[in-house]
Amino acid sequence: MKAAIVVFPGINRERDMAIALELSTGHKPKMVWHKETSLDGIDLVVIPGGFSFGDYLRCGAMAAQSPIMPAIRAHAERGGHVLGVCNGFQILTEAGMLPGALLRNAGLRFLSMDCHLRVERADTAFTGDYQRGQVFRAPLAHGDGNYFASTETLDRLEGEGLVAFRYATPDGAILPEGNPNGSARSIAGILSPNLRVLGLMPHPEDLVDPLMGGTDGKPLFDGLAAALAA
Amino acid sequence: MTKAIVTVMLKDGVLDPQGKAIGHALGTLGFAGVGDVRVGKRIELELAETDPAAARAQAEEMGRKLLANLVIESFKVEIV
Repeated sequence: MKAAIVVFPGINRERDMAIALELSTGHKPKMVWHKETSLDGIDLVVIPGGFSFGDYLRCGAMAAQSPIMPAIRAHAERGGHVLGVCNGFQILTEAGMLPGALLRNAGLRFLSMDCHLRVERADTAFTGDYQRGQVFRAPLAHGDGNYFASTETLDRLEGEGLVAFRYATPDGAILPEGNPNGSARSIAGILSPNLRVLGLMPHPEDLVDPLMGGTDGKPLFDGLAAALAA
Repeated sequence: MTKAIVTVMLKDGVLDPQGKAIGHALGTLGFAGVGDVRVGKRIELELAETDPAAARAQAEEMGRKLLANLVIESFKVEIV
């Protein structure tokens, strides 16, 4: 599997992402600067976390207009896989590649903490190494992670099974106390209709080695490596 | 040259925690009777276009494409 990590000015989690991808795939991902315009030969495009363009205007709004974006959109349109984490998720929504928007956290505070995610479906390239209903720990660090979409969009996402992860309590209950940022219906991550574009706010790439304090996030990358190995 | 003022606000029904916090702080300061508080953005644009209608159309396109996220925000354009 050939993976590329797209780097925008102000992004700061690209190296964590590279470590996670290399651990699972055995290959160093290609770093692609946002001014490039081609993603030829790439199987997985990753938009990492950070604060692209200083979060000016809205988180991800500037990055969504970058020269690399048409290539990311074309990659997705030909059925390529795209993973957007944190700011990457915000960028995907700003680019219209995933529905909804990420609002300021309901409690107004920037949150840097661990959360628990419940896997809502395990039959995707991103979640194949998890079990449906499994709960895993993931660090999160964001000020604008409060997922919002219209009621119709939320109903469609749920009806079509496009919710990948929900914030949960450690035992897997979907309750307000397990939802750190106020996200609608506790949604932490969503999929495109073809299940090949995933956006999520927490950082599974930051729990892939015992030295990081756990390996809860590693199945996401192992699953991707297996699914895209061909 | 034409000046356009684009005002971007969160749509009704979209939670505005900043507005809520400001409303709360105003109450703490002793201002009574403050209801809903909403926070938005004002963006001032200098446009080379001199025809007001064309300038408005241009600013509205900018609003739709970048200045506002229509999933959560609405905007209005004033030509001054």
